[in-house]
Amino acid sequence: MNNMKKILPGHGSGGKLMNDMISGMIKEILGKDSIQIDDSAVLDINSGKIAFTTDSYTVTPIFFPGGDIGKLAVNGTVNDLAVMGAVPKYLSCSLILEEGFDFDSFEKILISMKESAEAAGVKIVTGDTKVVPNGKGDKIYINTSGIGVFEKEVQRRNIQKGDKIIVSGTLGDHGITIMSLRNDLRFSSDLKSDCAPLNGMIRTVTGKYPGSIKFMRDATRGGLASVLNEITAGRDFSAGIIEDSVPVSEEVKGICSLLGLDPLYVANEGKVVIIAAPEDADGIVEVLKQNEYGKKSAIIGEIDSLYPGKVYIETFIGGKRLLPLMIEEQLPRIC
Amino acid sequence: MDRELVKKLADVLKNRKLSDEIRIMEVCGTHTAEFFKTGVKDLFPENLTLIDGPGCPVCVTPNSYLDLAIEIAKKYNTILATFGDMIKVPSSYSSLAKEKADGMDIRIVYSPLDALRMAEENPGREVIFLSVGFETTAPSEAIIIMEAEKKGIKNFSVLSGNKLTPPAVDALLSADEVKIDGFIVPGHVSAIIGREPWDFIATKYNKPGTVAGFEAHDLITGVLSLIDLIEKKDIKITNEYKTVVKENGNPHALKIIDTVFERCSEVWRGLGELPGSGLRIREKFSMYDAKKKFPADPPPVKEHAGCRCGDLLRGIIIPPECPMFDKVCSPENAIGPCMVSSEGPCSAYYKYWKR
Repeated sequence: MNNMKKILPGHGSGGKLMNDMISGMIKEILGKDSIQIDDSAVLDINSGKIAFTTDSYTVTPIFFPGGDIGKLAVNGTVNDLAVMGAVPKYLSCSLILEEGFDFDSFEKILISMKESAEAAGVKIVTGDTKVVPNGKGDKIYINTSGIGVFEKEVQRRNIQKGDKIIVSGTLGDHGITIMSLRNDLRFSSDLKSDCAPLNGMIRTVTGKYPGSIKFMRDATRGGLASVLNEITAGRDFSAGIIEDSVPVSEEVKGICSLLGLDPLYVANEGKVVIIAAPEDADGIVEVLKQNEYGKKSAIIGEIDSLYPGKVYIETFIGGKRLLPLMIEEQLPRIC
Repeated sequence: MDRELVKKLADVLKNRKLSDEIRIMEVCGTHTAEFFKTGVKDLFPENLTLIDGPGCPVCVTPNSYLDLAIEIAKKYNTILATFGDMIKVPSSYSSLAKEKADGMDIRIVYSPLDALRMAEENPGREVIFLSVGFETTAPSEAIIIMEAEKKGIKNFSVLSGNKLTPPAVDALLSADEVKIDGFIVPGHVSAIIGREPWDFIATKYNKPGTVAGFEAHDLITGVLSLIDLIEKKDIKITNEYKTVVKENGNPHALKIIDTVFERCSEVWRGLGELPGSGLRIREKFSMYDAKKKFPADPPPVKEHAGCRCGDLLRGIIIPPECPMFDKVCSPENAIGPCMVSSEGPCSAYYKYWKR
């Protein structure tokens, strides 16, 4: 146990204290292959093309119902690779620790990273540790980069009118969970983050419908509305969604209406948005629903030409309004 | 309400034929946004126009209020606690967002109670709560002042920019600048003050009105019954939000307001100085009145050239008729408050209006 043990400046110094922490705790938890004697990991990749991505995680609080910053740091990067159609293989893990951060929490986060990596079938193969003085960081920041391989050539057909818009479950769970934990809000609810690795589910669905999936994106910061705005910006089509078919939990609806937030703009950490050819959309939803992370998948709208370049929503009474690109993040440090 | 029933109501509104052009005004920022958000505005029959009135508290707050807040914070190094809505509103020379970036201690709160708690947690600092609102929020602002007194918290005060809505509607109608056939009367405000204080719209100005709630079915019912009143020339103020709004409001809440606040003359953006339209903190609670506790002289008020928020709040134009709308003025670079307050008409049009 690391009772009362805290991160000290020396844990990032490159000296004995740091080496002991790396070879003791980090190596023990993340596995020997995660630590390199050399300056780089050398990897076997037999693929013409690879996908490569990076993301930094600064979420506060670092532990939340449904996950923690470690799980988020693994799944977030895994999902960024998976939605490109790549199979995630290797991750790096760069830790920025604040002096005074307690070892117990640190250990929990490392264990969570290890478990998440195993669940997603990826290996953490290299990393770095830095310590910043007390007050110059906030407990722990994590950067992960990831490499994924393409098992076969991905052919993306163009998005066109009539294509269906699919989401893999309820929206806003992660963002609203974090928001309700922040100290200035004292809600209690059963809500938890949807933080999850989506690569397994995506691999199944792309395997079954290789030619019908035209676009995939995990709806993280900015939520569904931001993803759809990226798709339509500058194009000759619009994205129309039907309010009644968008899955949102009652808790998220309730908290959003209290805070004046729109769940369509709130971050998710385990939801994929898919644009699919109409003939296979129902089949895709059925496949998603069979996965534990896609049980509430639904077709929520379609691509049309009503308001070119824009995203709109039809409310349950049949009125329409725009869902514009958000000006700024509704909730800071959500991931 | 049963969703199928609401859909049927929506069809009634959509197919309602009007005998003549009708212009109705809503005097509540939440109505402004909800008419768009629910999609009800999109179902309006041809010839029915909704114009926005002075119903957004942040929008009607004059530049001088923020100028004073910023001047006090600079002079006395206080913490400013504010609702997020005020952050991006331009003041004469700056904004809270700009001051925050320059290091001023400005913190966003979600309720007045958070601000009081902040004072308790920062005993060495003075916390000023920026209290901008109508009758709806005045009771909770009054309660924290009473609470501060009860707890003996001395490092807390309130900069009151609270206002009363009927005097603004009275001023607007008495100026007679714009054709209005009837009013969608604010639901939340009326929950506090009641339906009765709006009777002057009918008796003094010969126009009907309907108190309405905020869900799709409330809005549809409100608009349909207002159209009926207008077409039948049935001049009265009806209440379609009876579950929440009583004839004489909420006496308990009114008493709380009256304990802490008294009426005063107040300046409204677009409408100027209106006697009896503001709420200032009573002498008994003056130690919680930031205006008295922290005397300050902000620089002279400056209006932003070309900003038509004032005209908008009087119903003279709707947002797309402002030459700056979505061109010079946008949420990233707002010229006036109507573009950045979540209840502001320009903000609603910018976000939801199909173009």
